[in-house]
Amino acid sequence: MSGSREQILGRIRSGLTQAAGPLREAPEALEKRTLDHPRGIRPSRVDKDEAGLVELFVQRAEKVNATVARIASLDDIPDAMAAYLANENLPAAFRMADNPDLNAVPWDKRPALEITKGASDGKDEVGLSRAVGGVAETGTLILASGKESPTSLNFLPETHVVMVKRSEIAGTYEDGWDAVRAQGALSRAVNFITGPSRTGDIEQTIYLGAHGPRRLHILLVEDA
Amino acid sequence: MQPHSHNFKENASRALKNENLQSALAQMKVGFIERRRVAVEDMPEFEELRDQARDLKNHTLANLDFYLERYEKKATEAGGHVHWAATAAEARKIILDICKSVDAKNVTKGKSMISEEIALNDAIEAAGLNVVETDLGEYIVQLRKEPPSHIIAPAVHVLRSEVEDAFREEHKHLPDERRLTEPSDLLNEARQVLRQKYREAEVGITGANFLIAETGSSVIVTNEGNGDLTQTLAKVHIVIASIEKVVPTLEDASSILRVLARSATGQDFSSYTTFSTGPRRPEDLDGPEQYHVVILDNGRSELLGGEFQDALRCIRCGACMNHCPVYHAVGGHSYGWVYPGPIGSVLTPTFLGVEEAGHLPNASTFCGRCESVCPMRIPLPKMMRHYRVKEFEAGLAPPSMRMGLDIWGFFARRPSLYRFASRMGSLALRMMGGKRGRADSLPLASGWTDHRDMPIPTGPTFQDQWSARGGKRRPSR
Amino acid sequence: MTLKSPTVGLFVTCLVDMMRPQVGFAAVKLLEDAGCDVCVPAGQTCCGQPAYNSGDNKGTAAVAETVLRAFEDVDYVVAPSGSCAGMIKEHYPRLFADDPVLGPKAAAIAGKTHELMSFLVDVLGVTAVEASYDGTVTYHDSCSGLRELKVKAQPRTLLNSVRGLTLKELPGAEVCCGFGGTFCVKYPEISNKMVGEKTIDIAATGADTLLAGDLGCLMNMAGKLQREGKPVQVRHVAEVLAGMGSEPGIGEAPAPNRATGAEGQD
Repeated sequence: MSGSREQILGRIRSGLTQAAGPLREAPEALEKRTLDHPRGIRPSRVDKDEAGLVELFVQRAEKVNATVARIASLDDIPDAMAAYLANENLPAAFRMADNPDLNAVPWDKRPALEITKGASDGKDEVGLSRAVGGVAETGTLILASGKESPTSLNFLPETHVVMVKRSEIAGTYEDGWDAVRAQGALSRAVNFITGPSRTGDIEQTIYLGAHGPRRLHILLVEDA
Repeated sequence: MQPHSHNFKENASRALKNENLQSALAQMKVGFIERRRVAVEDMPEFEELRDQARDLKNHTLANLDFYLERYEKKATEAGGHVHWAATAAEARKIILDICKSVDAKNVTKGKSMISEEIALNDAIEAAGLNVVETDLGEYIVQLRKEPPSHIIAPAVHVLRSEVEDAFREEHKHLPDERRLTEPSDLLNEARQVLRQKYREAEVGITGANFLIAETGSSVIVTNEGNGDLTQTLAKVHIVIASIEKVVPTLEDASSILRVLARSATGQDFSSYTTFSTGPRRPEDLDGPEQYHVVILDNGRSELLGGEFQDALRCIRCGACMNHCPVYHAVGGHSYGWVYPGPIGSVLTPTFLGVEEAGHLPNASTFCGRCESVCPMRIPLPKMMRHYRVKEFEAGLAPPSMRMGLDIWGFFARRPSLYRFASRMGSLALRMMGGKRGRADSLPLASGWTDHRDMPIPTGPTFQDQWSARGGKRRPSR
Repeated sequence: MTLKSPTVGLFVTCLVDMMRPQVGFAAVKLLEDAGCDVCVPAGQTCCGQPAYNSGDNKGTAAVAETVLRAFEDVDYVVAPSGSCAGMIKEHYPRLFADDPVLGPKAAAIAGKTHELMSFLVDVLGVTAVEASYDGTVTYHDSCSGLRELKVKAQPRTLLNSVRGLTLKELPGAEVCCGFGGTFCVKYPEISNKMVGEKTIDIAATGADTLLAGDLGCLMNMAGKLQREGKPVQVRHVAEVLAGMGSEPGIGEAPAPNRATGAEGQD
């Protein structure tokens, strides 16, 4: 099988060097480009100030059937969560990612909420996660896997609630990647989530809740 | 699947008479085309993004060896196993060996056209394992024991009532009296059934929209979330991806992602775009214990540096077939293999040869709509014409056509002889069509007159009339 | 900047020459009215598309050479056809890319070749014609003209100046009619399906006239409309713009007081 590797790379190299063009570059230049990771075109829709980007984020997220609740501070999250669950006729229970910010929420303000923590076992109806950030250009949330952010929580529960801070809303995907890179080595899974799960596979009509969550609710916390 | 591209004409003939299919196709073309149009309008930079995507891919392809090796290095550093498969058979063997190594009985799959290309499911089943497709469209065609008919909407040819039939046939454990008339009923049932399968699978196999050289990551783009459940819940995650899927950096992937969903379904971005790097880490609460990537060549490396290299820019969005009037008329199955539509007309002869797939690049009017919507600006008609040249040079054109062209060419190189032939042709047709101005049947022209009337020349040829008037043959000065 | 009284060589096209010569005369009139010195070089035959699209590059090149020679002395080459003009403009340079002698000639002819509508509006700056037409017209955008040569607004600009003419846009105007040269006889069932979709759209506009800039497309659509008994007159757009819109349409019986063949020599 290492034979195949050499065979494939060998064929690639001979094909490319034969038709050598200006696009073929020295490895040093390619390595530099990879490490510099230059950006491409920045869509004009993100030419906005911070407030404008947050509005764009909310508008785009709602366009893809996510719901957004603007929360003044962490202190208001228990009420917001209880209200949301009641509104959606869901039981007052959820599985939460074992995340310091979520742990710092004063959940005992709403003792009726049944909270479990960790990865989802598939039986939870509602999951609550902490996003790394958001991308205004398409109302996208960025979540990164880890001890404090199990991936299964993003996909198994039918209702997914995600907390993100206003200050974490970036303009473009590239801005989002900057934030992810700042956290250190790339997590095993980085999810860019844009609205709930959907399919168009039955007669071309869009239906929500194919395999992933049917509902995506975003708690946008105004605290910087 | 056993290719039947050589039967394209018969396939197309049947497809044209298939009312269910025609009804599905009529719906499909309106939906995809309009949604893309709206998405493109909403993104003023779209044309520049297409240029940028093309240039990025061209840069990557020109340096593919570097980027593949870098990808392999980073993926391995992250704890992944990278395997290289020169052929489809090798890829199947690698994957089956991995399955055997963990005593797998059940396999789940995210949607992967490469897996269709190498006929993976058949091999897995032949080895005694169960394999279930988790993408709803793929699941539907799997139940119906047919191949996908479109590269992103595999069941686009299937009516709702036919989905219900397939579900009732397969999900025998569910009560007969249950309602399945609403699409949401079908969706809920699929969700329920497939949840169980994710849990049971030891191995989850997905494709990859991109492989990222910078980080050693694989990327999947889905709307359903099935790919994520497939790759997160199983003990072993296998990615199967072809060599041209590699892009240099996360930023480059972002640039191309901006044109992918917009071109495919008219969404700004798919619901789930996931970047996976290696197996579960010590601190992770979930994720696969093993992460394997099978890099497949299967003839692609031979295209580099040649006249078909541009086809390697394809990001499998489906825009070309969504806009193709021939695809709209005959649907994906007519093309007889894995890749339908305009890109299929280029890829199928590439992978299977012109003897098998010769019809496909010929069954085009070169209207150019495919190229006009391709986010990667692949010159599809040009490449189809390349295949026509190959077929002509290989002597595959029917003798009657070669003779016809030789005769026409003989006259076309000799202006006065050509004018004579036109004069005679005009006269003959006028005698046949006479007073009506048109003919509804003509010898040797049944291809035309079976379906339409043939207009008759309105008088002597233009050249004769021009000469008769003493018209100028040269510029005045 | 255009030349004073530019010399134009009319590229007649095979189909116009044999099937509907009045399109050639309409083109001449439009060009002369716009101040051109028009000639019809004798050495022309065909642009070579049938061979080109059949994969016969050598056969194409041989015919293309004839074209290159025939049009050497004119300032412009103008064709009442997007596909023929596109063949010369876009494909001749590719065909002769590696030929040191014919390559430059192909580039030269490509640079001066235009489709008729585009030439009138984009090069000569014509914005209006002197013509009238009493009818509702719908317009099909032939693929090569549209996608290779960007012919879209130009015929509409000129049609808008025709007195009495109402233009009703054709839904799916940009969808291929299914002609495709040899395609319609090699894959007749698929072509038939495509043209059948087209005639549904045409009939739905309620227009009494269908126009386009390519005779192949027009013959295809006219033939199908007539087989279906749909009463739509079909003409080349140049005919209407040149004031020849009252002649029988494509596929219609010739006018009663003029049998075919009375014009000119036989």
